[in-house]
Amino acid sequence: MKKLGIGLYAVVTVALMIWGFYQAIYVAPDDALQGYIFRIIYYHVPSFAAAFTFFSVSFLGSIAFLSFRRSRPEWAQIADAWALAGAEVGVVFCSVGLTTGPLWGRRAWGIWWTWDARLTTTLVLWLIYVSYLLMRRFAAGPQVQTLAAVLGIFGALDVPIVYMANRWWRTQHPAPVFGGAEGSGMKDPAMLAAFGWNMLAWFAWGIFVLILRFNVERKHQQYAEEEAQEALAANI
Amino acid sequence: MIGAVWTHLVKDLRIEWRSKEAINSMLFFALLVVVLFSLAFDPRGAFSREIAGGVLSVATMFASVSALNQAWAREIRHQVLDAQRMAPTAGSDLFLAKVLANFLFVTIVQIALAPVFLVMYNLQVQGKAWQLALVLPLATWALVANGTFFAALSIRSRNRELLLPLILFPIFMPALLAMVVATKDILTGESDPTLWIKLLAGYDIIFTTVSLLLFDVVFHAE
Repeated sequence: MKKLGIGLYAVVTVALMIWGFYQAIYVAPDDALQGYIFRIIYYHVPSFAAAFTFFSVSFLGSIAFLSFRRSRPEWAQIADAWALAGAEVGVVFCSVGLTTGPLWGRRAWGIWWTWDARLTTTLVLWLIYVSYLLMRRFAAGPQVQTLAAVLGIFGALDVPIVYMANRWWRTQHPAPVFGGAEGSGMKDPAMLAAFGWNMLAWFAWGIFVLILRFNVERKHQQYAEEEAQEALAANI
Repeated sequence: MIGAVWTHLVKDLRIEWRSKEAINSMLFFALLVVVLFSLAFDPRGAFSREIAGGVLSVATMFASVSALNQAWAREIRHQVLDAQRMAPTAGSDLFLAKVLANFLFVTIVQIALAPVFLVMYNLQVQGKAWQLALVLPLATWALVANGTFFAALSIRSRNRELLLPLILFPIFMPALLAMVVATKDILTGESDPTLWIKLLAGYDIIFTTVSLLLFDVVFHAE
């Protein structure tokens, strides 16, 4: 039953992604100013939306781990699995966003990359979470979860400061498409529909991977626990 | 609280006074970085003022990592760290004392390096020089507070000397940016660094508070 559910969800996700691709490439009209290249927004924005959501999952997981670490060890393990899964899948989606951005920038700005507020912030965010993953890999032993949770909290706190710093420094990224200035933004309903479908599809896919990763980590924890118990029993 | 911090601080200062390990290695390392950068970028005239702030910041950053790694490694020998864990004082006292000691070391290195730096880069401060006395301590505090915290965090990993810069540098980036831009503003005198000084102060307050709050968690993690 569980397998059927997972399979069905995967099929729906793939169907959504195909439908989103069709909407984005064939149905939605060209942008009035940017023309064809603008369609990358259907991939760029959902990737980052998913990445930021998963980083938040990681942040909340880190906080929950530290709060339950002593009182409810079982909950803390679950929180830690969420923290790890969120960071890992978040880094993947952030990488997708960081790749599609320069592809667009090359056409629209004529340059691949610029040290603008949002670009730099996102890059630093990516670096922080990569360092988080590296730390989890390097620091072995039972204390790694605690140390990683602390680093996760530090990283999340750093993001607003990085953003402020870079905003004062320089800004070139286009103003927000949604909730931006008067006269900007998506007006065509076909564009909005394409955007909505892609958002849905990429979130469905991201959550799918996130939950898979979470389950793998939970299995990992259970095996580690069993191994520890066996070693303990063998010693007695 | 004050007594415990003072005891730890005096101990660290005495060890450093006798060995002079941290200051000597940092000083030489920072000097090397300054020389390497001047070879790489050939600083002359106005251009040297443009990049001097960045070179100074990066030199300080790299140099302090070597000292920060040593700060806790010293405590691991002879199980000193375990003894300190059992001591009836808060871990944050120990942390604060370590930060103060390392802050002092890095500041000494900066003061010693300043004349060499001014000579090698032919610097004349165009802005208000006294503002450097705000920017440098604030930035050094940001570096040392976070660095001491992350050094304690990475102390029990397999390759801690490598891990510390990997986790410290991404978090330190906004402070580094503020330090670089503020120093450049002061050296060139082209714009006002007040905003960046405020950012550094905010960064210091936020991260010192969080470090003090979370240090016990890291210190007693097992």
